[in-house]
Amino acid sequence: MLSTPGDRMPEQPRYKTTDEVDFVVIGSGAAGGILAKELSTNGFRVVVLEQGPYLAEADFTHNELEVLRRNQLTNHPELQPTTFRKTPQEKAKRHRALVYGRMVGGSSVHFTANYWRFHEIDFIERSKVGPIPGTGFSDWPITYAELEPYYTKVEWEIGVSGLAGSSPFDPPRSKPYPMPPLPVKSGGVIFERAARKLGWHPFPAPMAILSQPRPGRSVCVQCGFCESFGCEVGAKSSTLATVIRMAEKTGRCEIRPNCYVHGIETSANGRVIGAAYFDKKRVTHLQRAKAVVVCANGAETPRLLLLSASKQFPDGLANSSGLVGKYLMLNSGPSAMAVFEHPLNDYKGVAVSRILHDFYELDPQKVGFFGGGGLDARFDLTPINFAFNGYDMGGLPPETPRWGKEFKATLAHNYTRTLEIVGHGTSLPVESNSFSLDPNLKDAWGLPALRMTYKDHPDDLKLGAFLRDRIMELLDAADAVQKWASPVEEQDFAYHLLGTCRLGNDPKSSVINADHRTHDVKNLFLCDGSSLVTSGRGQPTLTISALAYRAADRITALARQGEI
Amino acid sequence: MNESVSRRHFLSRGITGVSAVWASAHWPALLAAAAHAHQAAKSAIPQKFEFFSAEEAKEIDAITSRIIPTDDSPGAHEAGVVYFIDRGLSTFSSEDQRTYREGLPELQARVSEMFPGSAKFSALTPEQQDEVLHSFDEPAGPGKAAKPAQRNLRRRPGAQSFFETLRQHTIVGFLIDPDFGGNRDGAGWKVIGREREHMFQPPFGYYDKGYPGWESAAKEAEKK
Repeated sequence: MLSTPGDRMPEQPRYKTTDEVDFVVIGSGAAGGILAKELSTNGFRVVVLEQGPYLAEADFTHNELEVLRRNQLTNHPELQPTTFRKTPQEKAKRHRALVYGRMVGGSSVHFTANYWRFHEIDFIERSKVGPIPGTGFSDWPITYAELEPYYTKVEWEIGVSGLAGSSPFDPPRSKPYPMPPLPVKSGGVIFERAARKLGWHPFPAPMAILSQPRPGRSVCVQCGFCESFGCEVGAKSSTLATVIRMAEKTGRCEIRPNCYVHGIETSANGRVIGAAYFDKKRVTHLQRAKAVVVCANGAETPRLLLLSASKQFPDGLANSSGLVGKYLMLNSGPSAMAVFEHPLNDYKGVAVSRILHDFYELDPQKVGFFGGGGLDARFDLTPINFAFNGYDMGGLPPETPRWGKEFKATLAHNYTRTLEIVGHGTSLPVESNSFSLDPNLKDAWGLPALRMTYKDHPDDLKLGAFLRDRIMELLDAADAVQKWASPVEEQDFAYHLLGTCRLGNDPKSSVINADHRTHDVKNLFLCDGSSLVTSGRGQPTLTISALAYRAADRITALARQGEI
Repeated sequence: MNESVSRRHFLSRGITGVSAVWASAHWPALLAAAAHAHQAAKSAIPQKFEFFSAEEAKEIDAITSRIIPTDDSPGAHEAGVVYFIDRGLSTFSSEDQRTYREGLPELQARVSEMFPGSAKFSALTPEQQDEVLHSFDEPAGPGKAAKPAQRNLRRRPGAQSFFETLRQHTIVGFLIDPDFGGNRDGAGWKVIGREREHMFQPPFGYYDKGYPGWESAAKEAEKK
């Protein structure tokens, strides 16, 4: 009944592991895919090591069982178990703590495709707000203005739908979006009207999904299976559907799937010589390279550095600051659901069609806490997930019976009439919030499992409650027949993996410099969610991709100057 | 068996309707989807049971029919959920075999205990059947939610009871995309009002039907 997707490899060069290629890129997601494309386009020989399989559009389905319940496209809780604790004083317990895309294209394949730029404030907020006790709140070593051309490059190169100038809070941009917004949904119209009633400023959601066709890629067919699923028609602008194809066309980039990297090897002079990985049969190899770029995500990148500890780097590679894995930020995200009188049919179309940024930058003096965020109108619950998603009631009101006549009646009435409003906000960087190696649990390859330590900063929870209240206000204005909010509580599960190897000019308080080079190892670079200094307001992928384009420029310049 | 109808319908619409731009940009994906649909059709629900005996199947069918009952619209029975579960237990969900092997006799024992003289769940009245199931539905209590709705929970719970396993399998078998072996004839989707198409076009629902477009809506808002 359920076919196993195969590896669909287009033609590429095949480098020997003993060939010293110019770059090994570890990971092929929102950052790795772009670095692979840029570096190979710039003339370098690149091997991309990706732990997941090489899938194609034809492998992607609407099979909720395989995708959501059997983890077809993500890290696997049995093969790659994780543990969780709130504070370093506790012993971590086995617990599924995070999910990320595990295939060529990484999380950019299965994400919802919300594609917000960070605003100017996100890069300089520490200077504006001042220090916050108990945090490592810092400015970025780069500004919005420096990153702006790269935001534009991402939007045009991979294809992003949106409407420039539609939000009064938008940061300056050098070019409009390359294509118009996707069609508004009923949920979006409800959101837009209610927000305007309240004097807020809703606008069309920027999405990394095509509203106009591109060569070899269809426009969005509004099937409604974006979040957690791969796009069957290439409309979602994953790195798989876009830059990885461009990298392959250079003839200099090899995408090597099913390679589980377990160590970065160093020489006696403290330089990286390549990446050691298990192949599909769990045979270990060492791919030699002149330089290594780790883009394995905010959990696996620090884990790999910690796994690569050696005599020379006893606390883990590039960890002289002691900050590898620390300052984890997840983004706070309150939500509420509502039922309306008439069918919305919001199961059709992309998850989100309207958002607002009125609360992006709150004044701490006025609200009594630090933070800010945006709201979106969404429906991302596929039919089974709507009825339940393991522990809870998915999209049904909390008092709904779990089975029987009333369960069925509620399901039947609500499925087409339900809308969710989700808030996306800041998380403060707290040093003890981290990914580290679990001393007691191993993965299927015998490597120490990921251990997540996380306790939301009190301000993050205050922000969550603030945004939840705004959501309920909006749902009141929208004349929802029924509405209920999720409790705002401490998080123990992560989608956004941010801040764990952060950028900075000071080697004592950061892991990489503004060129994405590790402070400690000259030919080792890191670029992914781990690079972020602050969390932004809940939608980090575009910023991760913009950083990757910028990092590729910096790395190329250094390589050409013989400085790697 | 018409498991692939929706895909085929989607394909034919893709080629004849909508726009030429779409179809041409789309051709490789269309072919792939067709192949996929064909594959799905080949592995359609078998009419014979592989894991359950006919007698066990009758009991499972009766239980699923209380989880999602048949009323003026189809329930788990019409959606062929018992076939989906049977197939699942011999393939992708084989790790749950033991839960069923041990759980079903336990349930029948509870039937005799609660209703002396009755040996089979399927022989009870619907009210009695519900009573039996409520007695298994712990710790949440009779048919009530265990905890308030939350996001961020897409995890698989650990070891769970027979009833909880069966409840989940019933919901999955009722609501899964019919291309994947459950939800016979799209019965579950008819109940929840989900159209069985693979692509949609606006207007999608009641509230976006008369939407004047962003520019007009924005201007309208400015006037106010």
